[in-house]
Amino acid sequence: MALKIVKGSIDRMFDKNLQDLVRGIRNHKEDEAKYISTCIDEIKQELKQDNIAVKANAVCKLTYLQMLGYDVSWAAFNIVEVMSSSKFTYKRIGYLAASQCFHESTDVIMLTTNQIRKDLSSPNQYDTGVALTGLSCFVTPDLARDLANDIMTLVSHGDCVKRKRCSVLIMYKVFLKYPESLRPAFPRLKEKLEDPDPGVQSAAVNVICELARRNPKNYLSLAPLFFKLMTSSTNNWVLIKIIKLFGALTPLEPRLGKKLIEPLTNLIHSTSAMSLLYECVNTVIAGQYCSSVGSVVLCVQKLRILIEDSDQNLKYLGLLAMSKILKTHPKSVQSHKDLILQCLDDKDESIRLRALDLLYGMVSKKNLMEIVKKLMLHVDKAEGTTYRDELLTKIIDICSQSNYQYITNFEWSVSQPVTPHPPGISVSWWTIRVFAVAQMATLLDNAHLLTGSMQRNGICEVLYAAAWICGEFSEHLENPLQTLEAMLRPKVATLPGHIQAVYVQNAAKLFATVLKSQEGNTDSTTAQETSQLMIDRLPLFVQSANLEVQERASCILQLVKYIQKLQQKDVEVAEEVIALFAGELNPVAPKAQKKVPVPEGLDLDAWINEPPSESESEDEQPKAIFAKEEPKHSRPRHTEVDEKELARRREARKQEQANNPFYIKASPSSQKVYQDAPGVEHIPVVQIDLSVPLKVPGLPMSDQYVKLEEERRQKERAEKKKKEKKKRKEKRSGRGKKHDSGPESEEDITPAHMVDIVTEEMPEVRCVSLQIQFSTSRIFNELSPSSFWVFNEKKSSKHKKKKQKKEKEEKEKKKKKKKHHHHHHHSDGGGEESVQNGTVEEEEPLPVSVYDIQGNLQDGSQVVVSVIFENKCDSFLKSMEFNVLDSLNSKLQRPEGSGPHDGLTVPFQLPPGVSNEARFVFTVQSIVMPQKLKGTLTFIVKDSSTHEKLDFKLHFTCTSYLITTPCYSDAFAKLLESGDLKGSSVRLEGVNMPFHHLLARICFHHHFSVVERIDSCASMYSRSIQGHHVCLLVKTSGQTVSIDAKCDEPTLLGNVLDEIKQTFSQC
Amino acid sequence: MSHDNSKPLMRFLLLFSRQGKLRLQKWFTPMSDREKKKIIRDMTTMVLARQPRSCNFLHWKDLKIIYKRYASLYFCLAIESQENELLALEVIHRYVELLDKYFGNVCELDIIFNFEKAYFILDEFLMGGEIQETSKQVVNRCIESSDMLQETMEEYMSKPAF
Repeated sequence: MALKIVKGSIDRMFDKNLQDLVRGIRNHKEDEAKYISTCIDEIKQELKQDNIAVKANAVCKLTYLQMLGYDVSWAAFNIVEVMSSSKFTYKRIGYLAASQCFHESTDVIMLTTNQIRKDLSSPNQYDTGVALTGLSCFVTPDLARDLANDIMTLVSHGDCVKRKRCSVLIMYKVFLKYPESLRPAFPRLKEKLEDPDPGVQSAAVNVICELARRNPKNYLSLAPLFFKLMTSSTNNWVLIKIIKLFGALTPLEPRLGKKLIEPLTNLIHSTSAMSLLYECVNTVIAGQYCSSVGSVVLCVQKLRILIEDSDQNLKYLGLLAMSKILKTHPKSVQSHKDLILQCLDDKDESIRLRALDLLYGMVSKKNLMEIVKKLMLHVDKAEGTTYRDELLTKIIDICSQSNYQYITNFEWSVSQPVTPHPPGISVSWWTIRVFAVAQMATLLDNAHLLTGSMQRNGICEVLYAAAWICGEFSEHLENPLQTLEAMLRPKVATLPGHIQAVYVQNAAKLFATVLKSQEGNTDSTTAQETSQLMIDRLPLFVQSANLEVQERASCILQLVKYIQKLQQKDVEVAEEVIALFAGELNPVAPKAQKKVPVPEGLDLDAWINEPPSESESEDEQPKAIFAKEEPKHSRPRHTEVDEKELARRREARKQEQANNPFYIKASPSSQKVYQDAPGVEHIPVVQIDLSVPLKVPGLPMSDQYVKLEEERRQKERAEKKKKEKKKRKEKRSGRGKKHDSGPESEEDITPAHMVDIVTEEMPEVRCVSLQIQFSTSRIFNELSPSSFWVFNEKKSSKHKKKKQKKEKEEKEKKKKKKKHHHHHHHSDGGGEESVQNGTVEEEEPLPVSVYDIQGNLQDGSQVVVSVIFENKCDSFLKSMEFNVLDSLNSKLQRPEGSGPHDGLTVPFQLPPGVSNEARFVFTVQSIVMPQKLKGTLTFIVKDSSTHEKLDFKLHFTCTSYLITTPCYSDAFAKLLESGDLKGSSVRLEGVNMPFHHLLARICFHHHFSVVERIDSCASMYSRSIQGHHVCLLVKTSGQTVSIDAKCDEPTLLGNVLDEIKQTFSQC
Repeated sequence: MSHDNSKPLMRFLLLFSRQGKLRLQKWFTPMSDREKKKIIRDMTTMVLARQPRSCNFLHWKDLKIIYKRYASLYFCLAIESQENELLALEVIHRYVELLDKYFGNVCELDIIFNFEKAYFILDEFLMGGEIQETSKQVVNRCIESSDMLQETMEEYMSKPAF
């Protein structure tokens, strides 16, 4: 020991090790750069020594300094030296340094070729390992070319698994740098896809997937092989890769899509690994062309669960994927509007922004008002300026989307302070002009509120529109003077130039209106004051830097000055000023022209000038037509012609026309239509369905509109329901169909508060929802390989056998079955013991065995029970009927129309020795108590054609109503603090198992998840299908386990605790 | 598809402290020192500016940045835009587990003073931006046996770790 210390101090005299360096840097925080430069000097000295150990130490320190951002490229050669040391200790350091410091342009890399080759073929697998790792970081095209063969040798003849795996991976890098090597190497790589070692296999999958994504066409032939791997592999890392690969292949081979949809849906159903689930969902979404409506519905449901999750990451990804679905299946997303709106309340800004994006796409005529109203609430609450700006921009985008196509209630829209109402609206929807003008005037009055912070984003654009509307339609203003005053406030000068210009111009229009209204008023002070106001305020704009503003302002200023002069002379000027802005913009709908009836007698296709050869009276006919078109102009000319002549001509023309088949005969009324000058009122305007009367006094707030709109819709809905009821009565059997088409029609989209929006026609999808509940155990909590399986509720049966003979046989079979199941679902032996969550107690061992039940749950009141029927006798069984005696609380769901005691036909027959599974749905009202239901199974044995009966009991335990739900510790603490929960506790004696086994057992059998674990104490959480929280605090000391529990339903808690106790008493 | 095909799934992994001090960097594609420095600066500022309880994903250029904080350390992994974010989180978590297993309740100081070990573990788990070994046990076994082979620097210097 003493010797060591002496040796150490001698060493320390001439060099420091890495730890010294790190410590030194930490101690020299003030003069770090200086300290490091002395260190680098020392290192340079050390590198000059011959001792490889000293050199390696120096290189190790350099690697650290490199990370801190210091240039160490000057030591590249020394790194190569250390790499080529024969001792693994130094070689490892050398390769690490190289992989950190070398890049393609490092010239010493070419010196390493032989060294790497030597290391690759070294008998020591670790030498090979570090060499491969290093190579993966700094491989150059030259190295790839020179070493490709050596690597290939490793791939095919590598004796050790690790070497094989690494070399397979490195091949990808080599292919990239030296593509020529791919062709000869590919067959060997393909072989590795079926390597017995899972590590090598997954490496090969990795490499081929990456290659295939680069160039999918060449890898289509491998699709069947990958398909096999996908359906057989249990490694989630590999599965994700393969699914990605298929995502790249399907666009080239659409048939693949059809084939994939089934395994993908299966994975979505069964996996508990969120990463895999997300990958599957994404692939299904991306391959829209191959996905049926059912699978999209499934994806949306899964995504809803992600979004509802308390984990921010899942929420974010769920929203992200939702927006992808939205592009192709907007309707399936729209029903989740409530959820998306909830996300706007999220603490995380990136989630809120995602939700906003989604909302933009979800807007329809029906929900626009509601969505915008919600968004407006958020604008008030929003804290961050970026987020608020984003919100406002989105509101504008939402409203103006596709040229206002979703806005049904323009009055409402105008009352929204931030909605942009480009003049377009007010012009085209002239019916609401009065209203709009009033709104805009208020807006201008309050403009100071809007300016300031809003100026940065385009919100002040609305003022542009407001000013224009008020100016143009100033005759509708109640108090034009006040508005004029508002428009000339000095603050306006801070607005952008183009808005100021509009302000100035429209101030002039308002001025004209004010003059007009004062005309005839004996007291001319108001008019004069107004002129003075203009003259006082306009110079501000004349000074504007904006040319447009300046020009307009100076023009108008001079004009006003002139008017003032005239006013002083008591000249009436208003009429002339008004004339400046005369002419009203009339709304013309895009299709208006079509609606103008073609006047009778006007043939637009006819020649205006008759082709010369056709007729003799060529100069008359055109005149006649011309006269019809513009009667006012032509009339004076006609008066010159004497009456007789006229009558003669008319007669002649009539005759001519009668003989001419190309003429449409005139009717007496045709002239009349044309007498009236076409007025504004005659141009048809697109009808607006205004649900709110126009005469709303004052300015109603937007939520009032929403309310009104809602009421209206409710009424509609109620009426519809009535109708539907009637229909239903008439046609009971047709019910299913209507439901099916439900989600397609926009009318019927109801907020999907529940996962279960699927109808009876789709039993698979229904089960999905329950699988989801189970699979909520997340990967982040438990990352062990075993976390990849589903906590599938699993029950074995308890048989009470009367006949001893059969018992043995059956047990054997049971074991077999069980093993099979376990193999399928999980690899550890955790589920070996039978659980009493739900059992089937068999009274008589008749040839049919109801012997496995998986109590499955979904929404608050339903339980799905899977029953496996196995025919153990030698005869064919048919006409099986499953029946359960309903209790008040639990009822078997029977098809509509069947009586309450009818049995359910099992949808299959059983040949001897065959088993099959059937599922039955039960409705459960209260879940606080365990239940036992008696049932019978009747069937016919084909050979003897006798009716047989088998009695059993179904046992629903309280545990089976719990869903494994992860919970964060802070949420958990909040829950406990809330005081809503009632406590209870239980003690278990003589439990002889490690604490983590105990926890695993509670998790597994009773669907809890561990919230937090500290030494021999753990908090656990679960939730019932009806939303009861169950919290446990499990402590262990010696063989005693105490469980303190809290739940908002004491009865449920008591029963769950009893069941836990029972579980542990059995072992 | 905008992504450059010749790049691996994972581009780089950075570990840095709450103060923005880099603790570990792994680049799965060769990059010049200048680029590296710029990326490190961008990453630290971006990630450290995130509000607590936000989601762990960021978009940066054409990459997705997945970060996660463990105690005082931020783990920040950049992946391709088509890659699976959740998988990336699992990769980070798996690496933390491996570190934890190796150092026994790992803390920032362990990584500062034994940074080369942290690299060795990472190299055993990932290779060239691909997952090399998915099983924790296998990785741990490999590290242990490599360490057996390596006479530790401490032995040579005969000093305690720190």
